Amino acid sequence: MINRVVKNAEEAVKDITDNMTLLVGGFGLCGIPENSISALVKKGVKGLTCISNNAGVDDFGLGLLLQTKQIRKMISSYVGENAEFERQMLSGELEVELIPQGTLATRCLAAGYGMPVIYTPAGVGTEVAIGKETRKFNYNGEEKEYLMEHAFEADFAIVKAWKGDTAGNLVFRSTARNFNPMMAMAGKITIAEVEELVEVGGLDPDHIHTPGIYVHRIFQGENYEKRIEQVTVRKRN
Amino acid sequence: MLSGSNHHFMLDKNGIAKRIAREVKDGMYVNLGIGIPTLVANYIPDGVNVVLQSENGILGMGPFPYEGEEDADLINAGKQTVTLLKGSSIFDSAMSFGMIRAQKVNLTILGAMEVSENGDIANWKIPGKMVKGMGGAMDLVASARNIIVAMQHVNKAGESKLLKQCSLPLTGVRCVKRIVTELAALEVVPEGGFKLLERAPGVSVEQIKNATEGKLIVEGEIPEMVL
Repeated sequence: MINRVVKNAEEAVKDITDNMTLLVGGFGLCGIPENSISALVKKGVKGLTCISNNAGVDDFGLGLLLQTKQIRKMISSYVGENAEFERQMLSGELEVELIPQGTLATRCLAAGYGMPVIYTPAGVGTEVAIGKETRKFNYNGEEKEYLMEHAFEADFAIVKAWKGDTAGNLVFRSTARNFNPMMAMAGKITIAEVEELVEVGGLDPDHIHTPGIYVHRIFQGENYEKRIEQVTVRKRN
Repeated sequence: MLSGSNHHFMLDKNGIAKRIAREVKDGMYVNLGIGIPTLVANYIPDGVNVVLQSENGILGMGPFPYEGEEDADLINAGKQTVTLLKGSSIFDSAMSFGMIRAQKVNLTILGAMEVSENGDIANWKIPGKMVKGMGGAMDLVASARNIIVAMQHVNKAGESKLLKQCSLPLTGVRCVKRIVTELAALEVVPEGGFKLLERAPGVSVEQIKNATEGKLIVEGEIPEMVL
């Protein structure tokens, strides 16, 4: 079996250089590659374009790379919880492209499935559609207009999984799955950090979410904080 | 009682959620947006079995966890900690929006800043002021056959949010089917216009007319909501 293991986050991101485009997994702070983000902060690469559903919060997640002004452009669907982000966006320091969440997910999927474009109804008639090719299709008994959207092209994808094996096979846990599987498929080089790295044979092939063919580098991360953005609970009676 | 004290009768957020809950039918898969729509889950009547979809990858979302049982890996689309019900499933974001586009999700309930009389909706951006992003809203409104909007009828300055034409950047076009506000329940009719279905308790047709800038269609006697 091919061995995909690298020592740690520093080694995994060693050839990420200035001005590259990165797909970064996670939804809010859930399922984000904490170790790799820290390694990028330490490495100090600049001018990054980050494609990620959100932009973290001021002091965690991609917010850390915003603080250090390492991100030139963000492509996201929702950026509501980050004051520094808003400041950089309104001042023009940070370029921001907001796209529908399903479009974001499906453009990753298209990249991993070898399809150059997708057609989606999301954004038709809105400013998201400006400059994009549209076509009418009959679907589900209805004729509607669809927007053509391109598969992402990214130098690296960085994802976080719950478990992985040395061959790069990944298993995600609960809603920390989110964008991670399709981003893993979409990177030219994909880095996966996992909470638990096991030997080949340690994962049931039937339970693997992302096959190792999509994962080029894997390592076991450490000191996961797994911060919760909004703790909401109910009282016991 | 007539002058100026009518606020007393308007629905609060929970009232709006309660009214919308009546539109939720047995067997539906439902996506609830952030804010008032989330509250709808609290008012779904016993015996009405629905499955809540959260677009970050859950079918069968349950209530908030008990204190101390929150799980950082288990959140809803509003990034709040939640639980899973028996029979729930977890999937990735592409499949989540796949089932939305394929119209497997029967009902979408979401908030809005503005709705126009032809069913356009704006809820993601105020140019120069607020840009949070559309999240999954554009995907949801572009695909769902049944969209109910929970919103305030007028803004803080007293201006109508039910308009001839939206002034803010659109989230979707000709998609809203129903609206429930603090004043009324309305239907957006295919030929254009807000057809008044019900008045909130104690609210007059006149008040609703005054609060609606777009075309309001009033046919016959308008019943008061039963909550």
